[in-house]
Amino acid sequence: MSSHDDILKTAENLRWELGEQFHDHTVEALYGEAARISGRAVSLPEKSSGFDFEKTLDRLVTNRWTGFPIMITLLAVVFWLTIEGANIPSAFLSGILIDSVHPFLKSMGADLGFPWWLNGFLFDGMYLAVAWVVSVMLPPMAIFFPLFTLAEDFGYLPRVAFNLDGLFRKAGAHGKQALTMAMGYGCNAAAIISTRIIDSPRERLIAILTNNFAICNGRWPTQILIATIFIGALAPPALSGVASALAVVTVVLIGIAMTFAVSWGLSRTMLKGEASFFSLELPPYRPPRIWQTIYTSVIDRTLIVLWRAVVWSLPAGAVIWLVSNIQIGGASIAEQTVQFLDPVGLLLGLNGVILLAYIIAIPANEIVIPTVLMLTALVAGLNDIGSGAGVMFELDSELATAEVLHAGGWTILTGINLMLFSLLHNPCSTTLYTIYKETGSTKWTVLSAIIPLVIGFVVCFGVAQLWGALS
Amino acid sequence: MSTHIPQQCETCPVSPVNRDTAPARHGLDASGSLFVIALAGNPNVGKSTVFNSLTGLRQHTGNWPGKTVTRAEGSYSYGGKRYKVIDLPGTYSLLSTSTDEEIARDCILFGRPDVTVVIADATRLERNMNLVLQVLEITDRAVLALNLMDEARRHGITVDDRTLMKELGIPVVPLSARTGEGLGSLLQSIQDVASGQFVCKPKRVWTQSGKLKKAVDQLSSQLRSAYPNLANVRWVAIRLLEGDQRIAEAVRSGELERLSINHTQTVRKEKTRNHVVA
Repeated sequence: MSSHDDILKTAENLRWELGEQFHDHTVEALYGEAARISGRAVSLPEKSSGFDFEKTLDRLVTNRWTGFPIMITLLAVVFWLTIEGANIPSAFLSGILIDSVHPFLKSMGADLGFPWWLNGFLFDGMYLAVAWVVSVMLPPMAIFFPLFTLAEDFGYLPRVAFNLDGLFRKAGAHGKQALTMAMGYGCNAAAIISTRIIDSPRERLIAILTNNFAICNGRWPTQILIATIFIGALAPPALSGVASALAVVTVVLIGIAMTFAVSWGLSRTMLKGEASFFSLELPPYRPPRIWQTIYTSVIDRTLIVLWRAVVWSLPAGAVIWLVSNIQIGGASIAEQTVQFLDPVGLLLGLNGVILLAYIIAIPANEIVIPTVLMLTALVAGLNDIGSGAGVMFELDSELATAEVLHAGGWTILTGINLMLFSLLHNPCSTTLYTIYKETGSTKWTVLSAIIPLVIGFVVCFGVAQLWGALS
Repeated sequence: MSTHIPQQCETCPVSPVNRDTAPARHGLDASGSLFVIALAGNPNVGKSTVFNSLTGLRQHTGNWPGKTVTRAEGSYSYGGKRYKVIDLPGTYSLLSTSTDEEIARDCILFGRPDVTVVIADATRLERNMNLVLQVLEITDRAVLALNLMDEARRHGITVDDRTLMKELGIPVVPLSARTGEGLGSLLQSIQDVASGQFVCKPKRVWTQSGKLKKAVDQLSSQLRSAYPNLANVRWVAIRLLEGDQRIAEAVRSGELERLSINHTQTVRKEKTRNHVVA
């Protein structure tokens, strides 16, 4: 169309008339006018020389010497509160859902004349998986999310980003990646969407590919439980809570280190380029609205995440029950797969049970631990603990859980490596789907699964070999 | 002069006119909406909080810039009329190119909302004013909401909303969305502008000087005859004069017209969706 060309030509001619500095002039005019108008309307207070709480606080939390210790301490306190606080409601919920409701459902099924396999499939498989997820996940989430949201409402997150900005830039990534990483501690899939705040496609891809190194809420129960059983047990009882909290913090810090290392590697190989500059605004501190925060974080985050876990645990519970009960050549599918995976697992300082559990749990990380426990009991032949093959059970105390795991041949190495592997493996299916939607590329989606998985295998293998050499 | 400046008592939340300040909230159900309202503003000025108080939805809010990266939609009724509200991602300017800022720009530019409410942080007005002026270049139906007035008071900052109103030529409403203070006046001002009772005379920074005004006028009339359906001809003309390659490409390929038609339809007819980034 000639009219298009006419327009562009007119524009070109007019640009010559207006001169080179036109763009600068428009921007200048804008800023000048903005300053003039707000100067007329706003009157600022007399500068007071008194103590300024916000400035002092900012100086403390963004200081190069005190910033990081404060950050790590806050993190540790939040985890400690979560670990210590979740025990009582967890025991209460499992008392109701598993000790009372489960036998009731079973006997109801029997009264209604359900065949054994239907009764087992529905109540030992599906119901128990859901009950486990609810009683184990709900309390820590109901404590952690409000705490995290309070910190967010107060304005602490941008300060964390400010502290980490320099490190991210050194790694060739965008400073805003600190914010998307923080989102990842809630949910990786949501965090992938939040990477839209990063303007450069190169840096956005780095943020997407490394987001999985932020452990999401689905992986905390694993981290917290294993830390309590294997690390907390090493410390005297009074300090075991602190020791387990510190173990979880260590895993988080390893995750952050991995984020930097992989970002650095990517920005020097596949995603070469310079880090772009941006200005990060430190918003004013605002008094958090406590009740509103608790309400919205319970509704928006806890229940949504819990619902997702429940939805995924239904089919997973069914699959676990099926693989444990379908016999081929004298042994169940589960037993055969575990035996097949065991050599690989042991080489990695893990075992076949853990690998199978991760395969079953690809849809959702939340169900790894129940799957591990159930399969361990099955393989170790502990029929007196669970009430039959494929039954997901809740053990009354961590001590009992520890007994099952020890009987299944678990050592401290298995515990440590499970924590590491839980940090370093492929993202869940929802996150992968989100990555595919956001990048529109099969290549980057596959890479985002393979990179952490390979790192996980290498790290676990290394730790296992080192452990073997030292002991 | 048909400009109607609301009297003090009309915008005052306690006056009998505004006694019924609580809007009927419809959450996501925007069927039969009459007016489309877009919420724009710098990051972290409380857009989502205003959105939530208008619609009764509980979109997650947080004290950090960049929390909302997608468009959220909801609706409410006020004064017997229905309003559809679109919460846009925060943006410092309409000139830049990251995905979230583009969403905001395209929506105001091509979606032709009935009223664009620019939400500004009263404690940092100067920085926020850049976006306000850019929005006024695009649209002539806007309301400025001075949010975080409680915080401004706490810091001893006073903002003269009447001076701003005179300077900008649009209604200016002091607001504390977190406590709900001033919400009634905001609803009233939105209604005034949407219904045409208040006719804005927006400040146009770029075209007050002679030379540029002539160039923009010349290019605008040419654009208007080529694209009769195009909204915001002035903005497109200014961008072309600045040498914006994306807009130039859009003119060349005819994408511009398609974009403006599509966006108008999406904003008006699309089944209401809500994206919550938890």
